[in-house]
Amino acid sequence: MSITGNQYNEMVKKASPPSPKIKNFIKAFLVGGLICAFGEGLAQIFKALDISKIKVDALVPIILIVITAILTAIGVFDKIARHAGAGTIVPITGFANSIVSPAMEFQSEGRILGTGANMFKIAGPVIVYGSATAIIYGIIYYIASR
Amino acid sequence: MPIRKGRYTLEFVNAPVIAGSASVVGKKEGEGPLGGEFDKIYDDTTIGEQTWEKAESAMHRDAVTRALASADVSSSDVDLFFGGDLLNQCVGTAFGIKEMEMPCVGLYGACSTMALGLAFAALAAETGIAQTVVAATSSHFCSAEKQFRMPLEYGNQSPPYAQRTATAAGAAVVKSSGSGVKIQSVIIGIIKDVNVKDSNNMGAAMAPAACQTIIDFLRDTNTKPEDYDMILTGDLGDVGSRLLIELLQRQENTDISSVHADCGLMLYDLNNSDINSGGSGCGCSASIVCSYIMRRLKAGEIKKVFFVGTGALLSAITPLQGDSIP
Repeated sequence: MSITGNQYNEMVKKASPPSPKIKNFIKAFLVGGLICAFGEGLAQIFKALDISKIKVDALVPIILIVITAILTAIGVFDKIARHAGAGTIVPITGFANSIVSPAMEFQSEGRILGTGANMFKIAGPVIVYGSATAIIYGIIYYIASR
Repeated sequence: MPIRKGRYTLEFVNAPVIAGSASVVGKKEGEGPLGGEFDKIYDDTTIGEQTWEKAESAMHRDAVTRALASADVSSSDVDLFFGGDLLNQCVGTAFGIKEMEMPCVGLYGACSTMALGLAFAALAAETGIAQTVVAATSSHFCSAEKQFRMPLEYGNQSPPYAQRTATAAGAAVVKSSGSGVKIQSVIIGIIKDVNVKDSNNMGAAMAPAACQTIIDFLRDTNTKPEDYDMILTGDLGDVGSRLLIELLQRQENTDISSVHADCGLMLYDLNNSDINSGGSGCGCSASIVCSYIMRRLKAGEIKKVFFVGTGALLSAITPLQGDSIP
C-alpha cells in the first residue's frame, strides 16, 4: 500500500512530539515578568535618587542591554533563553542578544565583513519593519491629530 | 567487477574489505553511551584552532590519520579519497586533508556521506581501479549551526523533534583484498521529497527515502530483515525512526523493529535536554560505524549489517524560497 502526501503529513504530526506549550507559557511569563520587574525596580531606585525621568528612561534599557550583552558573551544567555523562550526574546534583552550573538559568531570573518556585516542579521528585519511601521503610524497620527 | 542485482543493487564478486577505521568525537558525544568506543574525545570545541571550520578540518584530518594507521598504510599508498561534509564546498574535508596529497573526490551526501563514501570506495576497489581507498567525513555542531541555523549564543528554543548535529569525524580505509570487514553490496538510494518544510524536523524528511532504499535493497537481494543482525540507519533520530518503522509496516507489511538501530539514537544520552530527538550530521553515523560497529563486526559479535546512510538536502537558501526539504 502506498502512502499519500497527506497520510504522511498525518503520520509526521503524530510522530513529532509537540512543544510543551503550557510549561513554556508559564516559564516565559515568569522570566519575562521578572525581567520587567527588575527594570521597574531600577526605575524606582533611580527616581528615588532624584534622577530625571528622561534619564531614567534611557538608563533602564541601557542597563538591561549591558547585562544581556555580558551574559551572551559568557555563554549564559542562550542557556536561560532555552527555557525562558519568549520571556527573554520579547523584552529588550532579546534584541540585545540578537545583535551580540551574530557579532560574536562572525568575528572569525573579520571586523568589517564578519562582525560588521552580520551584526544585524537577526535584528535587521526588526529595525527595518519597526521603522517602517513607525513612519506609517506617525503619518496616521499626524493626519488624525489635525 | 560488481554485478547489478535486481533494479538498483550492486553486488561485489571480490568483496573489498574495510582494513582499518577510526573516529574522533567532541565532548558531548564522548559523554554519550558509546563514549568508550571512540579513538579520541576532544574536550575543547575549537580543538585548539582559531575557527570552528578549522576545528572540523582538524578532526577530519585526525580521523583519516588514525584510520590509515589502523590499516597500516600511509597517505602516499592511497589511490583515491572519497570524502565530504556539511559545509559549503566541503571545506571541512578539503582543508583537513590537503597536506596529505591523496587524489581527492569531494562528496556531498549531507548526513549520509559516510555511507556514500564507503559505497564509492568499495566500487573503486572492486573494479580494480584502486587498491587502497579512503572514505571519510566530518561534522561540527558549531560550524553547522553557523551555516544552517542561528548563531550559537542566540537565545532560541528548539522543538522536541529537532536533532543535534554531531561534532565528530570518521574515516575508513577500504582495500581491494586482504583481511577486514567485507563489503558485499551497495545500493544508491533515490531522492524522496515528501514536502517536509520544517527544517527542524529532519527525521521526517529522511524517513521516506530510507524506507524506499530498504524496500529496494531487500527486494533486489531477495532477503528479509531477519537475515541481518542489524539494519542501521544514519540519523533518523526518534521521530524519523518511528516513521520509518511505521512506513515499512504500512507499505510493505515488513517489520524491522527487532533489527533496526539508528546512529542518531545511539550517539547521545537522550535524557539530556539539549538532545531532543537525537543526533545528526555526517559525523553521527560515521563515528559510530567507524568505531563501535566495525569493532563488533571484527569481533564476530555481529556478522551482517545493512548500513543505510540518511541525509536531508537542507540548504540555508531554498527553504526561505518556499521549497521543501527532500
